[in-house]
Amino acid sequence: MSTQNVLFDAPGPRGRRRILVGNVVGVLIVLGVLALVVQRFAENGQFAAALWTPFLHADAWVNFLLPGLVKTLEAAALAIVLALVFGLVFGLGRLASSRTVRWLSSIVVEFFRAVPVLLMMIFFSFLFSVYNVFQSAYVPLAAVVVSLMLYNGAVVAELVRSGVHGLPRGQREAAMAVGLTSGQSLRSIEVPQALSAMLPALLSQLVVVLKDSALGYTIGYLELLQQARHLGAKDGNILQSLLVAAVIFIVVNYLLTLVAGRVRRRRRRTGSGQGAIAVTTAVATDVGVTPITGLGEGGRI
Amino acid sequence: MRSDGFVSQFADLFDEYDVLGAFWVNIQLTLWSALFAAILGTVLALFRISPIPSLRWAGTAYVNVFRNTPLTIIMVFLTLGVWAQLHVTLSDDFDTNFFRLAVVGLSVYTASFVCESIRSGVNTVPIGQAEAARSIGLSFLPAARLIILPQAFRGSIAPLGSTLIALTKNSTVASVVGVATETSSLLKNMIEFHSSLLVAIFLTFALGYVILVIPVGLATTALSRRLAVKR
Repeated sequence: MSTQNVLFDAPGPRGRRRILVGNVVGVLIVLGVLALVVQRFAENGQFAAALWTPFLHADAWVNFLLPGLVKTLEAAALAIVLALVFGLVFGLGRLASSRTVRWLSSIVVEFFRAVPVLLMMIFFSFLFSVYNVFQSAYVPLAAVVVSLMLYNGAVVAELVRSGVHGLPRGQREAAMAVGLTSGQSLRSIEVPQALSAMLPALLSQLVVVLKDSALGYTIGYLELLQQARHLGAKDGNILQSLLVAAVIFIVVNYLLTLVAGRVRRRRRRTGSGQGAIAVTTAVATDVGVTPITGLGEGGRI
Repeated sequence: MRSDGFVSQFADLFDEYDVLGAFWVNIQLTLWSALFAAILGTVLALFRISPIPSLRWAGTAYVNVFRNTPLTIIMVFLTLGVWAQLHVTLSDDFDTNFFRLAVVGLSVYTASFVCESIRSGVNTVPIGQAEAARSIGLSFLPAARLIILPQAFRGSIAPLGSTLIALTKNSTVASVVGVATETSSLLKNMIEFHSSLLVAIFLTFALGYVILVIPVGLATTALSRRLAVKR
């Protein structure tokens, strides 16, 4: 339900007048803040045309921004696919009938959810280069992908688990009644439903992966932020190229959020969404679980 | 150097480097940023649920921009853009200046998540509550203060807790702004000079975060359960 309905009645004449006054004040506040920023930019000569025109030439895009974006997307795509695999393995592990497997999976999942991604990236980039695990050219990419896979895989494992917990109990009972074992029921009845229910949450997680891939900047991965910095160093317009890179990130992530929202609404409409609703509530209330859909679409950090 | 046993080498590291001190820097970063993000986030949430269109628009725009921007870009922008190009300084002392810039970056980024957590709390309140409040004659402010917001606050504890956890972990990104005493910079330093102890050093730092983060998660989950509005 929308907050509008909860909080207000339709305003009467006096209310409308007050809202109008408030509206004017609000616009003035926003304009005031913008004016401060513009003034600061102008004082430091950041509006000079020479600083902005490079973005109208192909060179900035073909040699810097687009290759950077491709690298960012590459790392994010690899990471989300691997995270799905990792999450499935350990999500199933947490649902296994063996106590040892459950415990081990829980420890792995909780560990990787608690460790900052940046620390993992630093660690893996050293580990891979000290022990020559990958060719040196691939070390940064590998470190970024592995770190993102571990953290987001742990999140996906929680999604799988809470998705299965959120299913109606009759699903499992029916599977048992037709003679499937517990593991068979999990694999062929419960997990597939949980997976399709968590599709929107997975798309929202992709936003997190994309944003976190920018951490690769610190270990020398040539992603969008790094390329924007190089571009800024070449043309002497670091402020402007960082702004352009930020806008690219915002546009890509905003589009992803819109797609996730559309998928979520569509699932709800077509009635296959019972599971999806269950995931929303289950994720939000489960022990120690970060509420993923509770923050709204794409509301993860 | 190698003649020493693994354990004594590992123990020597703690004499050489101030690991606990580094964690303390991250905790300070987290607490300051949590404070400012909570203030800014609450104001934004009020904007977003207010009846005034321009404020609603401003709140939505802020959240969409900062929720979709990588924290790393915000941090790099603060040093290379705001500090180096726009000449905004927050302190004459070099280190304090960077620390404060990091707090600004973390707060600005986290505020959008605080805003969304509070808003999602408001969304957990069933519409019947507002209708009932109105039908017994409460006007907007009393209804909000007595009926809606207390329930909304309880509903937002769990998402706020996970925002705090994320903030704690994100405080490592302060190294990008030049806070050189925090954990990720120290980790980098230590494994650069002691690559034979690579794994042990990483596990030490990782364990530190596990110890920091898991109690926060358990506490907020317990709190949100206890305060949950039974429906």
